[in-house]
Parts: sequence; C-alpha cells; structure tokens
Amino acid sequence: MSAKGKGTPMLEVRGLHARIGDREILKGLSLAVNPGEVHAIMGPNGSGKSTLAGVLAGRDHAEVTAGTATLDGRDLLPMTPEERAVAGIFLGFQYPVEIPGVGNLYFLRTALNALRKARGEEPLDAVDFLEVAKEKARLVELDPAFMNRALNEGFSGGEKKRNEVFQMAVLEPRLAILDEIDSGLDIDALRVVSKGVEFLRSPTRSTILVTHYQRLLEYVVPDRVHVMAAGRIVLSGGRELALELEKKGYAWIDEEAKRGAWAEPARVSP
Amino acid sequence: MSDAIRELTEQKYRYGFVTDVAEDRIRKGLDEDVVRLISQKKGEPQFLLDFRLKAYRHWLTMAEPSWAHVHYKPIDYQQIVYYSAPKPRKKLASMDEVDPELKRAFEKLGIPLEEQSRLANVAVDAVFDSVSVATTFKKKLADLGIIFGSFSDAVKEHPALVEKHLGSVVPYADNYFAALNSAVFSDGSFAYIPKGVRSPMELSTYFRINAADTGQFERTLIVADEGSYVSYLEGCTAPVRDENQLHAAVVELVALEGAEIKYSTVQNWYPGDAEGKGGIYNFVTKRAKAMRKAKVSWTQVETGSAITWKYPSCILQGDDSVGEFYSVALTNNRQQADTGTKMIHIGKNTRSTIISKGISAGRGQNAYRGLVKIQKGAENARNFSQCDSLLIGDRCGAHTFPYIEVRNPTAKVEHEATTSKISDEQLFYCRQRGISEEDAVSMIVNGFARQVLKELPMEFAVEAQKLLGMSLEGSVG
Repeated sequence: MSAKGKGTPMLEVRGLHARIGDREILKGLSLAVNPGEVHAIMGPNGSGKSTLAGVLAGRDHAEVTAGTATLDGRDLLPMTPEERAVAGIFLGFQYPVEIPGVGNLYFLRTALNALRKARGEEPLDAVDFLEVAKEKARLVELDPAFMNRALNEGFSGGEKKRNEVFQMAVLEPRLAILDEIDSGLDIDALRVVSKGVEFLRSPTRSTILVTHYQRLLEYVVPDRVHVMAAGRIVLSGGRELALELEKKGYAWIDEEAKRGAWAEPARVSP
Repeated sequence: MSDAIRELTEQKYRYGFVTDVAEDRIRKGLDEDVVRLISQKKGEPQFLLDFRLKAYRHWLTMAEPSWAHVHYKPIDYQQIVYYSAPKPRKKLASMDEVDPELKRAFEKLGIPLEEQSRLANVAVDAVFDSVSVATTFKKKLADLGIIFGSFSDAVKEHPALVEKHLGSVVPYADNYFAALNSAVFSDGSFAYIPKGVRSPMELSTYFRINAADTGQFERTLIVADEGSYVSYLEGCTAPVRDENQLHAAVVELVALEGAEIKYSTVQNWYPGDAEGKGGIYNFVTKRAKAMRKAKVSWTQVETGSAITWKYPSCILQGDDSVGEFYSVALTNNRQQADTGTKMIHIGKNTRSTIISKGISAGRGQNAYRGLVKIQKGAENARNFSQCDSLLIGDRCGAHTFPYIEVRNPTAKVEHEATTSKISDEQLFYCRQRGISEEDAVSMIVNGFARQVLKELPMEFAVEAQKLLGMSLEGSVG
C-alpha cells in the first residue's frame, strides 16, 4: 500500500504479524498514515482491530512475531509503552480502567509532567495545569465535577469515553489511536468525540479511529477508510467505503476472507 | 507478575544506621532482680515498683498468645537486654547539652532536636533505646499547663497523676505483652492536657531502637482532661540487624468528658531483609477510654516491622462517645501483620468507625482482625467498618477476621470488605499515558490508602505518602 506519495508517513506498519497465545491475530498487516490525516479502521468483530491498537501502544498481551512499525521513522516495537507515549502515541481505551482514590486531574497532571520531563520541558505547576485542564474540559464539554473525582471511578460508559477524549485534548499527542471510542455513546457524546478529534487535527498530527460502525464517521470525516478482516487490511478507500460497508454489512467480507480472496495484497479502491 | 513489580517491591530500608554512643546496659535476661534494678536505676517511687512486681509475677503465669495469623520462632526472653540507655555525661540542663552523637542520629532521621530548626507547630519527645533523651518546646507548653515529656520525668514531677491513670486503661494483667511491658518498661512519653485547653501544637514522640540485643518497652500515657484537645504523633525506626528485636509497648489514652484525642502513628521499624532475616517484632497494646461526649481517633500507617501485632482500641464508656480507627498496613517481602481494632460500646449513642486498608506485596501476609462489641446498655450504638485489601503480585496474602458481638437490639452495625489487585490493565493504562511503572504502583497504592492518609496531620501525611512509595520501590530519586 502506498502513502499517496505525500512524503514520509508518520506511522508506517509493514507486514505485521502478532499472536496472542497460540492464535495468530495479525497476519501481515500493513498501514501508512501521513501527518495531518485521519484514518478509520473498520471491520467485523475478531478481525484484529483492537489487537492492532494495543500492539501499536505497546500492550504486551500480544507478541509481535514479524514485521515493522515506525513512528516518524523510529522503530516503535522495542519501545516501552511510556516511551511510545513520549514519542507521541495516545491510545483511547475501549474500556478505560478505574483507579480508586487517584484524582482525575492529579493523574492527568502526573502524566503530562512525565511526558514533559521526558521531552526536556519544564513541568507545569498545579495552577498553570488547572488553566489548561479547564480550557480543555470546556472544549469536550466535560462537567468540571468529573475533573475532581477519582479516575473513572463510578463513571458511566459514556463519561469514561468523554474522559478519554479530555485526556487526549490535554496531552496533545502526535498520533491518537481511539479504540471503539464510539461504542455505547449517544449523539451528544459522539459530537464531543468529534470535537476532540477536530481540535487535534493539524498538519503535524494524525488520528486513527478504530470502529465497528460508520456512525462516528458522520461526525468525523476520515481521509482514509480501511477494512480489516482476518488480521489484515483487505480494503482501503475514501469515506464512501464506510457507507458501502454500512449498506452491505460485514458478512460478505467474512465470506470473502474465508474463500481466501485476500491471500494476496489488498485491493485499493480509489 | 511483571519483573518491574518484582523489582519495585524489593525494599530498601533507609534508617538502618547504628549510632555509636556509650551505653549503660544491664545484663541479659529477666527475673525479679532485673525488675527491681530497672526501677532502682530510675529512682522510682514504691507504687511503681509494686506495679512492676505484680505485673512480673502475673506474667510468669501467662502463656504467649498464639491466635494471631503470624509465624515466628519462639522468643527466648532470657536473651534480651531489658534496659539500655545512652550514658549521659551529666545531668542535662538544656538541649545544648544533649550528646552531639544523639543529636546527629535524630537529624539523620529527619528529627532535628534544636527547637529553632523544628517546624514551629510540633513538640518532640525523642526516645532512644530505653530512655527519653530530649523534649522540645517543653516550656511553651508548660505555660498553658500542658505537661509533655518523658514518662520518667512525669513519674518524678507528677507522681499522683501517673499513679491515678497508669494501668487504668490497659491493666497489667491485660495480656502477655502488656504484662511484660508493665514489668520492665523503661521510658516513653507522658502528656496531660488540662481542662478546656486545646494544645496549640502537635505533640510527637520519636522512638528509636539503637542498641543490639535489646528490647524496647516504652509506655505512653496521655490524659486529656474535660473539654481539652490534643493531636499526638508517633514515629519509629531501628537499625538493620540480623537478629529479631522485640518491641512491646503499651499506650493508654484517657479522654475525659468532652475531650478529644487524635493519635497518629507512622511505624517504620526495620522490617527485616528480603529473605525475612532480622526485623522488629512489634507487639503493641494500644487502648483508649472515652468518657461522655469524648472522642478518640486512632490513625496508623504501618509499613515497618517483621511482625506487627497491634489493635489500637476504644472503650466507649461514656454516653455519646466516639471512636475511630483509620489504618494502612503494608507488608512486603516476608513481613507479617495482624492488626485491627476493638470498639467496645458501653455508653448510649456511642459511635465507631473503622477504615482499614491492607496492602500486601512480595510474600507479605496481612490480616485485619477487629472486634465490634455492643454491650447490653449501649442503646442506639452505631458502627461502620470497612476493610479493603490490595494485593500486589501473586505470592502475598490478605486475610480478614471480623468479630461482631451485639447484645443490644437497637444497635446498627455495618461491615464492608473488598479485595482487589493492581491489575496489568491499570499499569498499562498509566504507562500508556507516560507514567513509569514504579510511579504508577506508588500512585495506585496511595489512591487506595487515601481515605486513611487524609486523616493524618498534613506534615505527617506527606511523610506517610513517601513512605508508602518507598516501602514498595527499589530506589527513590
């Protein structure tokens, strides 16, 4: 797959294989994301979307057996999760964890200052940080009450997702990977997610939206849409590919995959 | 369990140094002559010698308790030195005359004894092995009628007060270790807050074991007269030694009508090495008596000792009295803790709260043991207990032994308990945001303990927070 010839991709994944236990989940996946682009990765359940997101962020549940992944030309695979965070990767979790007793803002300030320290920047003190946090909370319409509660503790599903977008807005990553950020969200929350993504849209940042449904893509218009099946990207195209999937469902993709239609490198539609 | 957690939980003890001072110590072993010798060395009045001898004779008839969820080799009570004191050069008239070696020792522990270098709101009584070596701000407190200093001084200067209250909350025959303490205790702190006085500063005792083969048997007695208030802090450390050392203290609190005592402990005795060699046996009896409308609050952060056996308790004798117990106990490596509280409701409308947070790492074993007892006459008594356990790794253990005895049908007793683990998901979440695994563990542990830490006086809370992190980390920057 080419990178549309726009120079060096920010993220470049080539022939990536990964397995969990004895099961191979990613089977030679390739993907290139250029600076400034928003990509959507869609696909049926079990196609390996979340595994890909986890592998890129350094989750050690899956073992990478072959292939490469680089961010700005730097090899990601040997890096620890925190080094990848410093390099600019942010993973919006499908299931954000709860940490009882640890304040939401305290957590976020610790994270931001850890990143700043690793990048050789001065830490933000509590007052300056609060300014930043308030501004970003307004942006994602997060009720200030949530800022002072314990991290995700007792948050509803939608609140947790909103909190992920809030964290993203504060940490301002180079590459945000949002894993099913839209699952279980109502229209208002979807709008907020899209605001967060749009806020970060700039020529130097990129976003990958991992999603099962095309609904989110009505709010965030992606530059590229990819379809995953059986551990690989099997179709790539523009926004219309998402609409096509919405109409036809995923069943035909599973069928095709089973028939071995994509044993060869993926077809790239216009 | 990840390697990083294993590394993190390899504990490093920072207070393990030994101070070289000349000691006045008596021979090893315990018999009636030793008890008399201790009393004689301290120039005690007859009532105290009688108290000691009764206790000693009773102790001989008792058996060491074995019901706690802890395991250790039998203690040879004849191998312990029961009295050891740094040799004073002469009678001390002021702080300037304290042995410079001792001053340096306390400075190294972060407890400077010069008043001007202390934070202005904390008075310190420094106990080194068997005796109190210095008390700060004594005069300032005396102006308000507050008596604060070593137990020995109190015996000399206020014998009537001591005689009236000594053993009134923890009788000498109470239990094996309390009886032993009553026979051989050498020093400790004494505080008396007069009627209606609020102590303007925190009173604090810093206990340090230094000498080898000695036991530390201190005795603390705090009497808060009607309508008074005091906040008291206690800290402890000991050098790294290969043998186990026994610490069997007794603390008695008397809160008279309408008085309030807040008692906070940060216990960091030497916990032994990673294989469980050495460390302090911390077998302590702490109890408070609360009269009408009085309130007693125990807060403890227990991170040290090879074995902790400790149940700070409240006898809620007066109507409308209140007892509270907030505890964080952390066991790492081979440490064992069996700790909790007893809330004895006797008066009407008495209330008690128990918040216990146990953290186990390495091969640590952590048990909460608590008794809530509602006596027949305790109309409308209330208790709320919450016992949470946090496990780090998969080789440690957490145990909960709640006992509830209710003899009055109007009582309301609630008990909640949870057990959780630091999950790989939580650690990955923190690391994905850029926080190192070490900092993440420390953050999660402090979050878990927050409900208790916020009960500590500010200055102590910061220390306790650091200590929790340090007790888990291999190194701190």
